[in-house]
Amino acid sequence: MDKKLVIPGEFLSDDPSLADEGTYVEDNKVFSTVFGIASFKNHVRVVPLSGKYIPKPGDLIIGVIKEVTYSNWIVDIRSPYDGLLHISEFPRRIENDEMSKYLKIGDSIMTLVSDVDANMKVELTLNDQRLRPIKEGRVIEVTPSKVPRFIGRSGSMIAMLKNETKCNIFIGQNGRIWITGRDNEMELAIKSLLKIERETHISGLTDRITNFLKEQKGEKVQVKKPEKKQKTMAEDKTEPVEESIEETEEKKESEGILDELLGNEK
Amino acid sequence: MSKPEKLIESGIRLDGRRPDELRPIKIEVGVLNRADGSCYFEFGGNKVIAAVYGPREVHPRHQQKSNSAVVRYRYNMASFSVEDRKRPGPDRRSIEVSKVSREALEPVIFQEYFPRSAIDIFVEVLQADAGTRTAGINAASIALADAGIPMKSLISACAVGKIDDTLVLDLNKDEDNYGQADMPVAMTPDGRITLIQMDGNLKRDEFKEALEMAKTGCMAIHEMQKAALMEKYSAQIEGENNE
Repeated sequence: MDKKLVIPGEFLSDDPSLADEGTYVEDNKVFSTVFGIASFKNHVRVVPLSGKYIPKPGDLIIGVIKEVTYSNWIVDIRSPYDGLLHISEFPRRIENDEMSKYLKIGDSIMTLVSDVDANMKVELTLNDQRLRPIKEGRVIEVTPSKVPRFIGRSGSMIAMLKNETKCNIFIGQNGRIWITGRDNEMELAIKSLLKIERETHISGLTDRITNFLKEQKGEKVQVKKPEKKQKTMAEDKTEPVEESIEETEEKKESEGILDELLGNEK
Repeated sequence: MSKPEKLIESGIRLDGRRPDELRPIKIEVGVLNRADGSCYFEFGGNKVIAAVYGPREVHPRHQQKSNSAVVRYRYNMASFSVEDRKRPGPDRRSIEVSKVSREALEPVIFQEYFPRSAIDIFVEVLQADAGTRTAGINAASIALADAGIPMKSLISACAVGKIDDTLVLDLNKDEDNYGQADMPVAMTPDGRITLIQMDGNLKRDEFKEALEMAKTGCMAIHEMQKAALMEKYSAQIEGENNE
């Protein structure tokens, strides 16, 4: 067994050269620093089961604007430290007094950590090809240390989720996840993401999520089919006219952006 | 209760324990949803709850340290935790307990990992029965681990005292009130002491023996702390290899 649940101070190895994240070395022995899951492949490392996001340069994250100052946006990045987004890091030149027009308090942004100094001053940028504005969809929060499990080995988990739910999913390193898609599909995606959050430490995660998705879908198909037979047409008809118009408009819009996102990924 | 004639009779204490026996312990991890880490700890008649927040921004700002995290520990007794209503709010005793408890935990926390931040620990005593500071430290240490804060090890604490000229582990209220000495100790599992206090008197060799007893007690508590943390994720991770 090369994985194990450990507590802080637990002995891990006699070889200090193997020590990696989540460990410390004392008297040439390696001990765990956190309560988490230790793995012994190549290096000894411990992934904590909880904890705050600590920003690193190069991280793609999701932030929420919490203050607009003279030349910076101050961004909540779910960390003990605030993110600073300077006006010059906005993709186009804008005037200082017009900052709130582009990003106002409460807006969510997908952003890149460009630099973190020794004083934990976190600088963000929006000048990156991979970044998109967050205008629709939903953002949920999960434990930042579990992010690698959401992505899976070389992106297997996230690819499977995208495929099965037809949603576009972006996972920020700070544990915020942005989901866009149709309402019921987003619901399903969120359900599965929360299931991953709860069960990260149990083995065979990908398989269980695949089964879970199939189960959920199977139920929905069975429920929907008889409904459709009775009504012969789409379910939208039963809803008030105004609402259905709004919905279709929303869908058009979201599909437009989705295409853009998907196109960019290809 | 007035002073009993004898606190220990033919090796059995008032509550039926042997001299080197701890009171029953019950631990629950992650009892508070809003806190980053939490723990409910029962130590005989003591019932305490610990909550950990952080690392998070420091308010007020002037408290922050540019090269490490600040650890803040608040020990508080509920007004209903003792028989005669305790006047709520900090008093001389709870300020002292907060300080020594903080200093008992600080040496194991990797504070330098989180400059300009604060780690807040709140310990609320719901029911007191002698030894609340040790119960609080035990609970706080588990809550810190639950919050994912990097530490060198857990901290375990228990008291040793002297009643009727006999050294006993983990005093209860009557033993504390009418005994001759009370010495709370907190230590890491490898026996490095982070807190030691004493009121009353012990002879030099009694002190040595008392320390050994405290060590055995702390080891036993450490095992229970570990088991409680493990239990939170009891659905086993056997062969998590296929990740």
